Order: sequence, then C-alpha cells, then structure tokens
Amino acid sequence: MASNLILEMRNITKEFPGVRALDQVNIKVVEGEIHALVGENGAGKSTLMKVLSGVHPYGSYDGEIFYAGELCQFKDIKSSELKGIGIIHQELALIKQLSIAENIFLGNERAKRGIINWDEAYKQTIGLMKKVGLDENPATLVKDIGVGKQQMVEIARALSKDIKLLILDEPTAALNEEDSTTLLKLIVELKKQGVTSIMISHKLSEIERISDSITILRDGKTVDFLDMKKDQVTEERIIKSMVGRDITELYPERHAKIGEPLLEVKHWWVDHPVYDRTIVKDVSLKVHAGEVVGIAGLMGAGRTELAKSIFGKAYGRNIRGETWIKGEKVDLKDVATAIKHGLAYATEDRKNDGLILIDNIKRNVSITNLSKISRRGVIDENKEIVSTETQVQALKLKYSDLLQLTKNLSGGNQQKVVLSKWMYTAPEILILDEPTRGIDVGAKYEIYTIINQLAEAGKAIIVISSEMPEVIGLADRIYIMDSGRMKGELNKAQASQEAIMQRILSTKVEV
Amino acid sequence: MSKLKDKLLKNDLIKKLLTNDKVTLLFSLFKANIRQYGMFIALIAIMTYFFFATNGISVRPLNVNNIILQNAHIIVLAVGMVLVIVTGNIDLSVGSIAAFVSAVAAVLMVRQDVPWQLATFLVLIIGLLAGAWNGFWIAYVKIPAFIVTLGGMLIFRGFTLVVLQGVTLGPLPDGFNRLSSGFLPDLIDGSNLHVLTLLVGVVFSAFYVISMVLARKRKEKYGFEVLPVWVSVVGALIVIFAINLFTFTLARHRGLPNVSIILFIVIAIYTFISKKTTVGRHIYAVGGNAEAAKLSGINTRRTMFLVYTNMGLLAAVSGIIFAARLDAATPKAGELFELDAIASAFIGGASAAGGVGTVFGAVIGALVMGVINNGMSLLGLGIDWQQVVKGMVLLLAVWFDIATKNRR
Repeated sequence: MASNLILEMRNITKEFPGVRALDQVNIKVVEGEIHALVGENGAGKSTLMKVLSGVHPYGSYDGEIFYAGELCQFKDIKSSELKGIGIIHQELALIKQLSIAENIFLGNERAKRGIINWDEAYKQTIGLMKKVGLDENPATLVKDIGVGKQQMVEIARALSKDIKLLILDEPTAALNEEDSTTLLKLIVELKKQGVTSIMISHKLSEIERISDSITILRDGKTVDFLDMKKDQVTEERIIKSMVGRDITELYPERHAKIGEPLLEVKHWWVDHPVYDRTIVKDVSLKVHAGEVVGIAGLMGAGRTELAKSIFGKAYGRNIRGETWIKGEKVDLKDVATAIKHGLAYATEDRKNDGLILIDNIKRNVSITNLSKISRRGVIDENKEIVSTETQVQALKLKYSDLLQLTKNLSGGNQQKVVLSKWMYTAPEILILDEPTRGIDVGAKYEIYTIINQLAEAGKAIIVISSEMPEVIGLADRIYIMDSGRMKGELNKAQASQEAIMQRILSTKVEV
Repeated sequence: MSKLKDKLLKNDLIKKLLTNDKVTLLFSLFKANIRQYGMFIALIAIMTYFFFATNGISVRPLNVNNIILQNAHIIVLAVGMVLVIVTGNIDLSVGSIAAFVSAVAAVLMVRQDVPWQLATFLVLIIGLLAGAWNGFWIAYVKIPAFIVTLGGMLIFRGFTLVVLQGVTLGPLPDGFNRLSSGFLPDLIDGSNLHVLTLLVGVVFSAFYVISMVLARKRKEKYGFEVLPVWVSVVGALIVIFAINLFTFTLARHRGLPNVSIILFIVIAIYTFISKKTTVGRHIYAVGGNAEAAKLSGINTRRTMFLVYTNMGLLAAVSGIIFAARLDAATPKAGELFELDAIASAFIGGASAAGGVGTVFGAVIGALVMGVINNGMSLLGLGIDWQQVVKGMVLLLAVWFDIATKNRR
C-alpha cells in the first residue's frame, strides 16, 4: 500500500430502507491529487461522500474509513471538518441576503464572547478571497454576485476551516463555460497549495482536463479505477464503465423529414418584468416540422427568457413582435392559449418551474390537459389513471406507482415526467430548455431518443442547451444567442464548438 | 418500522397476508392517509375519554346537539380556510367579515324590516364581495395575503362597529333564527323518536352503499385493483353504524337541527370541488408550485381570486349561522374565529407551505377542538384552561404530522 494515501475507504456498505445504496465500495485517494468520482445518477456517489463527511454518521454504515493514516469514526459534519474534510454540495448553501464575509464565517464567527470583530473578519475574508481569485468587497451581499462567484465564496468558506481534503459535488453544474474554466483552474491551483480534491462530475471533458485519477461507481459498487497517467483513458472508456455497456453513438441517429415551418417568431423584443432593461432584442427564428433546432449560448444570454416569453408571455413585460404558427399570425396571450395552439415548453428548472414535487406522478402529468379527462369541470379519475399511465410508459419512466411523489424520483425520471406532462397535451411544437441538465449519460441517451422520435413524428423541436456538444449532436440547425440577440445561425455541416464560440465572442466585441 | 416488518415477515401467516396484493394496497392506502385517519382516531379517542370522564353525559342527545350548534360556524369557516391554506396563504379577515355580515343582516331585518329571506340573500352577496375585495388585492395587485387580510380584519371590524353604532342589535326574526336553532319537522307528531331523522339516516346509508358499489364497478371496468370485498363490507358496516348511531341519538332529542343540513351541504359541495373538479386541481397545483402551475397553463391569479372570494362567501354563511344562534348581532361577534378556523385546518393535516390539506381533515380538526371545548365545559373547566388545551392540541397535531412525514 502506497504510504501517501490521504484517504482510503474500505468495504463501505450503506443501506436505506429497501435499498442498498452502497455495496462494499472501495476508494483510494492519493494525497495532493485531484480525484474524480463518476457514475450515473443513483450510483451512490453522493451517498459515499456523505458517509465520508459524517452526514451519515459512524454506525449507520458498515466498513472503515482511513484518513490521514488513522481510522476515523465521524459522528457528524463538525467532526470531519475538524480533521480537515470539507464538502461543497451541489446546491449552494449560501444565505443570499448576507454579505460574503458573513457567509464565509457563518457558524464560525470571528468573535469573542459572542461579539463579532468585523475588522478581523473582513481582513481574513480578503485573504481567503485572494486565494480563490475573487476581488470583491467583503460586505457585498451574496445575491449581488453571479453564480460563478458564489461558488468561489463556497470554496473560500471551506478554506477558512483549514481544509486538507475538499469534496466538490458537481461544482460546475450551474456554471457557464467561462465560470467553469475559472473554477477548474482554482481546483488545480489549490492542488499546488497541497489541497486534495474529490470531484463528483457528470462532465467528462472536465474530468479529463484536470483529474489525476478516477473512481467509477455503478449501482452502489466500485466498478473501475483509472490512473490518468498510466491508463489509456478516453471518454468512451469512462462511459462504458459507468453504464456497463457500449454507447457507440452518444447521439442516436434520426430519420426525420423536414416539412413546413410550424413556428415563426419575428422581431421579438422583451423587457425585464421589473427593471428597466431589455432582455430579448429583435430576435427572429423559425422551426419546421420534423426539425430539431438548437439555441446555443452562455448562461444569461436570454434564451430561457425568449422561450418563456414566446410561451404565452410567461416572462417579461412590453413584449413586441409577431408569432406565426403554421403560416398564421397568432397572439399567444397566455399559457393556456399557447397550449391550445400546440405549443409546449419544458422548463429548464425542473424543481422550481417544472414539477409540483409534493404531488404524485399522475397529477403532475395530467395538470397540463385536465379538459381531456374531465367533463363540465368534473374529473374522471379512472380515465386519468389510464391516460397518464399510457403516457409515462411511452417514455419508459421507471416508477413503482403512479401515486409516487415526484420529489422521490431521480433527476432523469423527473425529466421524463416533465416530458410526459407536455406530451400529454399532444403538442406540435416543443421547446425543451436544458432537457438533460444534471442527468446521467444513460438517461441522456433516452431523452435524445425521445427527441428523435418526436421529430420523426413530424413535431417541431427547439432545444436550448448550454452544453455545446449536445446542441451540435442533436440539432439540424443552430441559432447562437448572446446578450439577448441572435448572433448567428449554423447548419449541421458548419457546426462546431469553435464556430459557436467564435460567434458568441465576436458579438461581444461588436457590442 | 422496517425492522418490525422484517420480524413480521418471519411469521408465515402474516407473511402471506403482507405479500397479498390487495392487503398491500390497503396498507398503502392507509399509509397515504395516515394523517387523516390519525386525527379521526384521535377524535374518537377524545370522545371516548370524555364519555367516561363525564359518565356518559357527553354523548347524551342534548349534548351532541349542542356540539353541532356550537361549532357549526367554525366548521363552515374551516372548510373555506383549508382551501386558502392549500394555496399557501392565510385569511385573517374571516371573523370580521362574519361580524360585518351579521351586523348588516340585523340592521336590514330589525331596522329596515326587510324580509329575512331577502336579507340573508343580500348579505351572502356582501360576503362574496368582501372576499372579492381581498382576492383582488392578493391576486391582481400581488400584495401578500397576510397583509391584505390583516387590513381586511381591521376594515370589516370597523364597518361592523359603524353599522351597529357600537351596540348589540336584536332580537332577530324567528324565521332567520331557525336557520341555526330550528329542527327538521317530524312526520309523526308526539312520537318519542324523531322519525324523519331516522329515515334520513337510513336513506344516507343506502346512498353510501350504492355509491360505493358503483365506484367499485367503475374501477373494475378499467381493470384496476379493488379492495377485497370483506374489507369493503366491514368498512360499509362501520360507516352505516356510525351514521345511524348519530341520527338515532339526535332522534331521541328533537331530531336533526337545521344547521346540520347547511353543514352537510357545505361539506359535500366543497369535498366534491376539491377532489373531483378541475378548479379543485388548480387550487392544489397553485399551492404545490405556483410557477409550475402557471407554466402548465393554469390561470393562477384567477384561482387565487376565486379562493378568496369563496372564503368571503363562507364567512358570510358563518356569520349568518352565528347571529341566528345568538338571536342578535353584536359588535364583538366573530372575534378569534379566524384563528379557530386556521387551527382546524392545521389540526386536520393542512400544510402551511401549501399544496396539502383536505376539507374532510379541516372538519375533523374543527370537531376535535369543539369536542374538547365541550367536554372540558362539562367537566367544569373554564375558558382559560380550554385555551391552553386547544393550543397544545394544535402543537401536538402538527408535531405528529412532521413526525409521520419524516418516517415516510
């Protein structure tokens, strides 16, 4: 056994009622390296990290944790923190109404007898921010800085506790390319300062870029360990281990015939609902039957706002421009009207905008089209069960019971419920906003297959995605949007990451 | 919980039972509604306790009748309030609206000699408009419901004082009072038992059995799982027994009070609306996730507006029932009604976060409080201790809710 291991977890088994989340998992992390932990959703990555950080305390799992050469039995997060293990969760745990300094020292205040020494706190905050490459006033409220910087504040907070092992759970999931790059650089920088990192990520390109070794989990078991220096590591190899099968083609082939234009938007302008700002500026777009159109761009480019404003003016104020459906000018004055005209919009944010998490699958699906199962306002529940079941089965949803609450489903299955509820309206035109965000490779492939089937059935589909390979892989045609403007259009032959980036960047110079 | 299940699974007979599909269906149904059944069982336990503590006085016909009369106005409010709470909001103005409505009714009938039927109709409209006033500010101007209805609480209390000029107004016409304190006429005069009341019990039992059989048939037609026949039969027998015990008890006094008919209609209508209609679905969706509901094509503003307008209407019904029982409109009528109604909804399983709660639960919640109040009065405990106990019950009920939720 190499002596420079900082962490070794041996035969970790963790059971929840009815499920074995971890089954004899082993993981070894060498001191001073960046270790990637990958696997499909539900493979047990987060559970393993919760065992390590004491969220699941000693006694609630089987197996042994050796950290910095000693056997550890953490009873809570505090005890693992004391040993220098810090965890940064997928959902940011910052309090937005408080300042950067207040957040960094929350629960760990620079205080004597309960009275806070703010000068000291600010001084230390500046020092910590320097470490993570932030240049902000420590008194700035967290809500006033971007998501990317908020992530840095999280890391600064971890560093304030003298962390030796940093666990990052999908740190770039909510970040755009630029912020992601900065964050990855920071992780590499921390490595030079002697901080070991364990990074959970779905983005294989990032892992290839910065990690030294990879542990792959599948169904709660360790299935593979890869050393970036010794092994021949490719994306295909990782994917194969993750899903246990070859995905020869990440994007399934499509045989759709492109027909008449179904939706056309002309000279579309949208103002911010509260502030005096224009969010969408003179955008025009067109999508045909059987066509998949991508809208690429960085986060904050105005794509979601564009989609929501088209979809029955669900976003914005002072909306100008024209919408044409099947060659006819229409006024989609509210969401119900948009649905009536065959439009569907699957939201970017499943949890906040897409699903009623405390409600069951059946009612989440039927909500978009209650008239289908009701007569004079009275719902036929039996009809509802049959029709929603047919719908979710068509999308191969994995569920035990239609009355299961949607909050208990995995990300990929939640996305399928969102798609089901929109298929339930029998739409002609679908706008899918980040349809594969935060879901694993296997589920992504299934979603792509569904998109293809829809296109083959003659539907018009708009896919908004921040992952450029996805847009390129899926779309027949790509619009590039930046700062609220359409800055270019590429067909499949012209499309490449470079071509898209170039258009985004050139517009920035132009403005 | 799971350990207990493991242990049980070792026993062959229980294993057979537990792995039987229909029995599991029964279990899952029970689990899904544990909160409601829990409160229902608590209600029965409380009633049993007072039965023994008061040597049976608590279930005497006169007392059962009193419990209904004393709590009818709160039950009506609780039915409206649970819908408000399901949307994730609150209505603090209902007590003041009830008072205002009863004040206007009294002035119309006593000072203006308006026929009581017309006066009742007019004040129902006034309640509706008062609710619409709240609804307008909440749904369309987007002012938080807490503030709008706190304002409404003051505004309508003020109006009540203005209308009554600070004094109690009564007596009210007999016809009006009979809405609350009258009884169903009997078929046979001079009988010891109220025959029509017994008949109502029998008709309801038959109605219950028929609708249950029809529901089973419909489910079978769709090929869904249904509960084992014996479970349905036992369930039906219990319900029939309960209905007839209730009507028999009241028949020994003076029969069904008129207000019980009003209550039944209100509860039936709102149970139907919340469970079976698209409007009901919209209310739950808005409370569960307003943004998702809006993006699913639901007119969330109109839904909110309707819920508050409806609350105003039910507050008017409540005010009418209360004034009719009191035989007068008083400036202080309706004080703290809003808190009783809110407590009823929460005791009955509604969640302050919205999206969760049932009409049936709210009614049970109101009855739990009513039965405790009544029982403690019989035992000679004053209003002071009743308040303490009510507060504790509210706390315990919500604690029970959270505890069972975590285990699920």
